[in-house]
Amino acid sequence: MTNPGTTRFGGRAWLFGADISTDMLSPGQYVHDPLEVRLRHVLEPARPEFAAEVRPGDIVVAGPNFGCGSSRESAPQHLKDLGVVAVLADSLARIFARNAIAVGLPALSCPGVSAAVEDHQHVEVDIVAGEVTVGDGRLVLRADRIPPPMLDVLRHGGIEALLASLAAGGR
Amino acid sequence: MAVTNDSVGSAAAAGGRAGAGAASPMTAAEAVLARASGAAQVEPGQYVVAEIDAMMMHDIFAADVLGMLERVGIAALHDPGRATVVFDHMVPAPSVAAAEHQAEARRLLRHYGIGAFYEIGRGICHQVMVEEGRVAPGDLVVGTDSHSTTYGALGAAGCGIGSSEMAYALATGQLWFKVPETVLVVLDGRLHPRVSAKDLVLYLMREVGSAEAQYRSVEHAGAGTASLSLAERMTIANMGVEMGAKFSLFPAEGAPTMRPGARYAATHTVDLGALAPQVALPHHVENVVDVQDVAGLRIDQVFLGSCTNGRLEDLREAASILRGRTIAAGVRMIVTPASSLVYREAAREGLLADLAEAGAIVEGPGCGPCFGGHLGLLAPGERCLGTHNRNFKGRMGSPGAEIYLGSPSTAAATALVGAIADPRTVAEPVSTQEVAS
Ligand code: SF4
Repeated sequence: MTNPGTTRFGGRAWLFGADISTDMLSPGQYVHDPLEVRLRHVLEPARPEFAAEVRPGDIVVAGPNFGCGSSRESAPQHLKDLGVVAVLADSLARIFARNAIAVGLPALSCPGVSAAVEDHQHVEVDIVAGEVTVGDGRLVLRADRIPPPMLDVLRHGGIEALLASLAAGGR
Repeated sequence: MAVTNDSVGSAAAAGGRAGAGAASPMTAAEAVLARASGAAQVEPGQYVVAEIDAMMMHDIFAADVLGMLERVGIAALHDPGRATVVFDHMVPAPSVAAAEHQAEARRLLRHYGIGAFYEIGRGICHQVMVEEGRVAPGDLVVGTDSHSTTYGALGAAGCGIGSSEMAYALATGQLWFKVPETVLVVLDGRLHPRVSAKDLVLYLMREVGSAEAQYRSVEHAGAGTASLSLAERMTIANMGVEMGAKFSLFPAEGAPTMRPGARYAATHTVDLGALAPQVALPHHVENVVDVQDVAGLRIDQVFLGSCTNGRLEDLREAASILRGRTIAAGVRMIVTPASSLVYREAAREGLLADLAEAGAIVEGPGCGPCFGGHLGLLAPGERCLGTHNRNFKGRMGSPGAEIYLGSPSTAAATALVGAIADPRTVAEPVSTQEVAS
């Protein structure tokens, strides 16, 4: 998130299906390539145009089990690097959900979201209230709320920032 | 610790947990998290801060984790003795970038005083953790690798975490967890010859799957668990994460195989004797069918290895089919022993010679081609049948390739025929008692 502490985000949706894996988000074969190379391949197997066309402020909307697969933190980090401000999925794979918060990218499980949102439609999400607003605002969906300890991590902007304040004795 | 708080609410209701009194019997996962967080009792859905007993990092993430600690100014680890580093993924370094990354990790782990460091060639992290006794029954373990669920084979609650969380755990010794609900899998009977633990776990992918196991702990119980070797339990616990499970637990050696009174969100019973060999089809691990349903499909590459099925028992299983025979023309077979101990013992038993004489390439211990980093990537349009745990699009190279998952016996039978084959139809009668089980 651009401003640590922000809890409301609005942006253009990129729609994805079910079971988007960490191998699609961050393919293993580019693991030691420079960042700009790795970013070019984000979600390539699912939507080859995504990496080139995604804009800062966009929101990823997906079906169930988003982020399944490995524990690589580059999966949410790469989305964040590309400017994605939030991930909304019918459900999130467990490690991805943890890692997204850890890198400061709000990720919410919001059952039904992938059926309710059209590609490139405007969506808004309030991560504290657990509320997703679709299009003109007539459709509001309930998302699972982010538990307090994780909101605290998000407010710091991720675990690295939290550790920095810990190292500086500020906690 | 899942982000969602009530997405599994209906299952909680099914478990009928409301108003549980003090000190009621706990599931295996609850027992570990209660002990590690110093609580007498924990309930699913509750958040706990738990003391971590063991922390594992491999070469892909060790430098990131320790580099973050250095960058933010954390001078010392909370307890370096709890940390283990294993170099297993990009080994031996296939590029200058990987070599630099590993050199940086070596510098940092010396800097932070991590003594338990296993160099390239020692083996796959999860196998090494168990062989080296870095995990004990009842431990709470985290690793920068999703297959840290493998430790459940010993009765330890293991799960994967990302680099930032690992940095936090190393700095503080703690991490917070959401207590998961538990799905109970009761195992009865015994596996038939040529049907293996891999077939059971693929069957569980099909029957239980992420729809039921996501965010939950899977607990294996029943008399059938006692018939499974440590290697077999590791195969099953390893793939718990493929169901989305946080932990995949077996009773510790010698412990009772059931926990009377503990409350489960769902229960499944599996008759081991009724299982047939299973194959996962592209591009998802839950896309599982009986091997007969895909028998005859042409395969370009067979991979025997990984933390799921690269152990001695697995190599024996495959060698018992391939010994004295030659793999089919047009198919290539890659064998990657899970560790240096496996490698050496397989050499002593003549298994590596059996496999090599049949036409396989034997690679050094490590992850090999499992994660698509090197040592056996696939071209568009190619098909691989492997004994590993994931068949996602792009996992082993080109997104245009197809990956099928099966047991070591199915892999060996497939290499022999050059097409997916039911190991019960191609195998000689089982001639050695050593064959896995
Ligand atoms: S063998 Fe494969 S699944 Fe296991 S740790 Fe290595 S890359 Fe991961």
